[in-house]
Order: sequence, then structure tokens, then C-alpha cells
Amino acid sequence: MAQGWLQIAVFIVVLIALTKPAGVYMARVFTNQRVFLSPVVGPVERLAYRALRVRPAAEGQDWKAYARSLIVFSLLFWIALYLILRTQGIQPFNPQGLHSGPWDLSFNTTSSFVTNTNWQYYGGETTLTYFAQMAGLAVQNFVSAAVGIAVVVALIRGIVARSGREIGNFWADLIRTVLYVLLPVSVLGALFLVSQGVIQNLGGYTVIHTLAGGTQTLAQGPVASQEVIKELGTNGGGFFNVNSAMPFENPSGLTNFFELLLILVTPAGLTYTYGRMVGSQRQGWAIFSAMFVLFVAGVIVVYMAEQHGTPAQHAAGLHTHALDGSTGGNLEGKEQRFGIANSSLWTAVTTVTSCGAVNAAFESLSGLGGAVPFVNLGFSEVVFGGVGAGLYSMLLYVILAVFIGGLMVGRTPEYLGKKIQAREIKLVSLGVLFTPLTVLLSAGVASATALGKRSLYAGVNPQGFSETLYAYLSQANNNGSAWAGYTGFIQPHAPGNAGAYGLSFADLLGGAVMVGARFVPILFVLAVAGALAGKRVSPAGLGTMRTDNPTFVFLLVGVVILVGALTFFPAILLGPIVQSLTTRLF
Amino acid sequence: MRRDLTTGLLAVVVLTAFLGLVYPLAITGVAQVVFPGQANGSKLSVNGMVVGSSLIGQDFKGKRAYFQSRPSATEYSGDATFFGNVGPNSVEGREEARENLAAYLKLEKPYDRALSREDVPVDAVTQSASGVDPQISEANARIQAHRIAAVRHLSLGKVEDLIAANTDGRFIGLLGEPGVNVLELNLALDREAPLR
Repeated sequence: MAQGWLQIAVFIVVLIALTKPAGVYMARVFTNQRVFLSPVVGPVERLAYRALRVRPAAEGQDWKAYARSLIVFSLLFWIALYLILRTQGIQPFNPQGLHSGPWDLSFNTTSSFVTNTNWQYYGGETTLTYFAQMAGLAVQNFVSAAVGIAVVVALIRGIVARSGREIGNFWADLIRTVLYVLLPVSVLGALFLVSQGVIQNLGGYTVIHTLAGGTQTLAQGPVASQEVIKELGTNGGGFFNVNSAMPFENPSGLTNFFELLLILVTPAGLTYTYGRMVGSQRQGWAIFSAMFVLFVAGVIVVYMAEQHGTPAQHAAGLHTHALDGSTGGNLEGKEQRFGIANSSLWTAVTTVTSCGAVNAAFESLSGLGGAVPFVNLGFSEVVFGGVGAGLYSMLLYVILAVFIGGLMVGRTPEYLGKKIQAREIKLVSLGVLFTPLTVLLSAGVASATALGKRSLYAGVNPQGFSETLYAYLSQANNNGSAWAGYTGFIQPHAPGNAGAYGLSFADLLGGAVMVGARFVPILFVLAVAGALAGKRVSPAGLGTMRTDNPTFVFLLVGVVILVGALTFFPAILLGPIVQSLTTRLF
Repeated sequence: MRRDLTTGLLAVVVLTAFLGLVYPLAITGVAQVVFPGQANGSKLSVNGMVVGSSLIGQDFKGKRAYFQSRPSATEYSGDATFFGNVGPNSVEGREEARENLAAYLKLEKPYDRALSREDVPVDAVTQSASGVDPQISEANARIQAHRIAAVRHLSLGKVEDLIAANTDGRFIGLLGEPGVNVLELNLALDREAPLR
């Protein structure tokens, strides 16, 4: 295990080291300063503005205008993606001659990618054309990530605004995020991944005659270009059904390390960006610290739990201890090249962020190991979280913590010199509670009805309940990882969509949940940004509660745990916790 | 509102064309020129015939003269992947592990009398995530070496040398877990001691 801890420690050190440079770079981008890429990207940026007919410098938006642009943009892209998924039969880059899947599946998938969720009821290599993957899904991987970042940048502008109502220009934030942040990293990252063995071609699937005298068909496709933005944008939708467990997506310990960094670098860097934009790095590090504590706790629990093995394995007489030349532990649903340590680290990373890509099968995690993804999602993805989405959700908790702290010491709560009043607290509370309520309602309906039971793989038992609860936790929090036995799509003749049909209840409820739990909180966040933008800044005095010291970090962690635990503890108890407490099999 | 619709429509078209076609096709072009082997799936050939990919595991069940891959939920499918989704407390999981363990012992024990349940590494009897895990653990390979040496009439030392030569270590000794590439190892065996 020592070697595993070392790998985890190295990852954490590199992540911390990258936080500042990434944060400084993004802060310069979002405050329209020159960066080293400006000579190359600047002309493209100006061209883009001309093509879109916007003049960002002259067109600042208040929160309502910003929200309107964002909603219209997302709605139009929803329609575009749905049309792409419905017209597979006439598309180019379709060497396997695939037709479209069922409409309800397309509804779910479209909602999934427009909301940065990347929940996958479909299997990529059996269902989608290369065109749909490239021009449909991968485009969303860029723009849905950019939307999340745009929202947090708008919120930060609202917090720091000294006067007026404007919180930036949505189109400029979108374009700048794509051109300066996401695309350059993707280009370099994709080429690096190809050099390590991730495939990138447009050919048909290769049929080979194997050494043992059988045949095997190898799926192909433009994988690397999609893999990199899938991690960087915390999207998580795999080109292949088994996602980053597939060697063609993630061939080695090195690519695994690189992909993990891609997932966390932006959410971690944004905390530094935040500190820089509000004029106090300590504020950024305070938020980073709160996230970091919760993240590391999760990693430790998963790794120890997975190393222990499962009741089913022990009941079979299997010894799950480490041997010379074997890591031991629960390797069911895990890959040899990642072992227990890197599969556990990935499990924590992909669920604290809203990435949702996986390199191991979540449904085969041990009870306690599996409880960690539940808890991380129960915290509403504020522990680093999705790009942008994590920080703006965390800032809602920060305001909540300021309010609670203010009540405790008996002073008017204020944050960075701005008074937190009734309107802000109402908006923040709604923003914080909307997602958990959506989860509990939808998971409750799915668990209680016959329609929901059709999606189960494990049957009506704690494992089956875990499948259902996690499905709606994941979709509502725009994560996208899954207890993958849970299904909304039946495909009897894979590969190909012949005879395939969707489970409409799961597809439609899930799609609606994803859209609601993405855009409703965004509207609350932008409303908070608007409300704060117009407030005057009062100078900090002796009685001002500090928000950049360990006491506040402790308070913030407490608030996150309190809200998450109070909301989800009873539900999580029924699934993974029960399984971790018993050696009974069912 | 009208302006948002116009700008939005233009954005959909421009971004789809740029990020959805120009970007992936440019990456494909560069990849095909600079890294053609990797970009097309790291394929392995024997006498000009493609026999597999070094990254994708194959089925060797029933072939005593070959090292065996890890169990697969998908029959080693390379074009329809899915997880086994075996739960930690499931009867199915117990049965699967029990059967795999029994089969493994039945195959290897005749060649390695000292082998017992406690020696069997976990990877040998659990399903991989991808279903096409190209690797097995070093402990697993060393157990199978006894059978290979006997069937192929090689010395155990020679087989162990081949295992070492086909083991992918950790990157710079640090990242990932070491694993023995089964297909590459079996190809090396065929070169060293061809089957008649």
C-alpha cells in the first residue's frame, strides 16, 4: 500500500503546484489582460466576435441579460444536438453504418451533454457515429464547460463590483474560455494522449484473427480529441461504454495520471483565480483548503476500503491480501495497470468534481468505498466540483456560512465588504436546496414505482437501491458516473441500434432532472451576482468576521457536511452503508 | 431576445464547425502523420497479418500453451464494451469468484503442486473493468509460468525471462501498477518455442 499512498501523494503535490499558475492564467484571461497566447489567439478571438456580431467591450450585461443569453444559447444547442443524434443515418464519418437510437434515449443524451453531465445510458462505440461524437458530443464538452466557467466568472464580478449592475458579457466569456483555456490544452493534450496509445482515426472497426484462433473486432474512432476535453471540461462522457477503463482511452499509468490532472486542474485553479480577482489570495486558498480537506478524506476512505476486498470475494474463499507481484484488494471491475490505488484516486477525483468519467466499475466498489461517491455527490459537487459549477456552488455555501457565522456572533453578515441581506440569503438557500430536493424526489419516485424498477440490474435490494439513488444523484449533480447496471436503453443486437429501445421513464425523468438541476441553480447564482453587484462596499472593521482564516474554513466545511448529511444520510444509509456494515450476501 | 437568438444561432454554427470538425480532423491529421502506429490502435502483426493490439486483451481460454488473460464480462469484446457490474455483497459475485478460483486452480495446480488458494492473486479470478484488460499481475504470470514451461518444453527460468521482458513497469518507477502484457508475452513464446 505504501507505493499506492506515494502515488496519491505525488498527484496531490503536483495538483497543488499547478493551482497557482493555472489560476493566474485564468484570472488574466477573465480580466481581459494579455497572456502569452494572445498573439496567436487574439486574431481568432476578434474574428469570432465579428462572426457572432458582438462587441463585448461596448456591451456589458446585467444579470438578467447575461442569463437570457446563456439560456437562449443552451436551448439552441440543445436543439442542434438533438437533431444531430436523430439524423445519424445520413451523416458522414459513419463507417459502421449506424442509424439513430430511440428518441427518448436521444432526449436523455442531449440533456446530458448540454448540462455538462455526460450521463450515458448509451454505449458510444455501439450506438453513435463518429460525426455525432465529434460534432455533437465533443462540441458540448467544450461549450457546456465554458458555460459553467462563464457563470462563476460573472458571480465573481458581481462580488467585486464597486458600482453598477453589469456582470460581464456572456458571449465574450464563452469565447474567451474556449479559445484561451480549453482549446489550447486540448490540442496539446490530445496529441500527447495519441503518443501514449490513445487512438485517433476515422477508419472502420478492425476485424482481427486472434492468436488463439478466434476473431475480435476492435472499435476505432477519433478518441483522443474527445478524451482530453472530456476530462478538462469535467464532462466525463466516454467515447467507449467503459469510459476511461478502455485501454484505447487510457492506456497506461502515465495517461491515467495525466487525465486525473486534467480533471482537477481547472476547478482547483479557479480557486486561485477567485483569490486574485477579489484581491486577496487568502480568500481563494481558504476555499481551496475546505475543498481539499473533503477531497483527501474521500481518497483515504476509498483506498482503504477497496484494498480490503468485498464480502462476496471473501465468501468465495479468495484471499485479497497483497502478494509479491500483486496489489491484492478488490480488483473486480478494475484494471491491472491502475490497480487499487489509481482506481481509488480516480473514483474520488471524478466524484468530487462533476466529471463522472470512470476508470473502474463503480457498481463493483465495496460498500464503504462506494459510499464515498455518494457522499461526494451528496455535497452537491462543491469539493472542487465541475469547471465553474463547483466554485459557484461553493460560493453559495460560503455566503451561507457567512450568514450562519454572522448569526452566531450577532453581527450583520457581510462578505468581502458586501452586506448579505434577506434577498441574497433567500436566493442562496433556493440555489443550495434545489439540487438535493430534485435528487430525493426523482429517486423516490423511481424507487417507489414499477416504471423505475425496470431500470434495475441488481434487483430489489440495497444494491438496486444504490443504483437508483446514484442515478438521480449523478444526473442532478451533473456528474455522469453511474452504478452502471442501471439502464435506460435496451440494445439487443449490439453493436448497432437494430431493435433497440429506450426505457422512456428513466430517459425522460433523467433528462428533465439534468436540465432542471443545471439551469435553475445557474439562474439563482446569476441573480445573486446581480444582487451583490449593486451593493456598496463597506470597509472591514474590528467586528467583521474574517473569511480567510482556518476558523472560517472549519465553519465552511461544517456547513457543507451539515447540509449534505442532513439531506442524504438516511438515503445513503439504505444503500452503500448497509452493504459496508454486513457480510451478508443478497 | 431577438439579438440573442441571432447570436446564439451563429454561435451554434460557428462553434460546431470549429470545435466539432476543424479541431478533431486537424488532430486526426497530425496524429496520423506523427504517431500512425498509436493513432490506429497499436496493432501487432505476425508475418504481415494483424493478430491484435498490444493494448487490447484477447481470449486464450482452453489454450494450455498460452498465458491466460483476466476473466472478462464481455467475452473480450473490442467493439461492445460494458462493465460486469458485480456487486460487493452479491451472491453472483461470490459464485463468479468461486468458479474462477476453482477453474484457475484446476488449470495450474497440476503443473505447480505447491499452489494453494492463498497464493492466487486477485486479478486472476476477478473480471477486469474494460473486459479487455491487456495485462495480468506479475504474481499471476509467475504461477502460469509453470504450466507454460511444461507444455512448451522450456525451462522455468526461460519463461520467467520472457515474462520479465514483457512486463510494463510503472512510469519512471512511480505511476501505475506493473503488469504483464499477455498478448505480447504469448507472441514472444511463439517465437521462442513455436507450437507444432
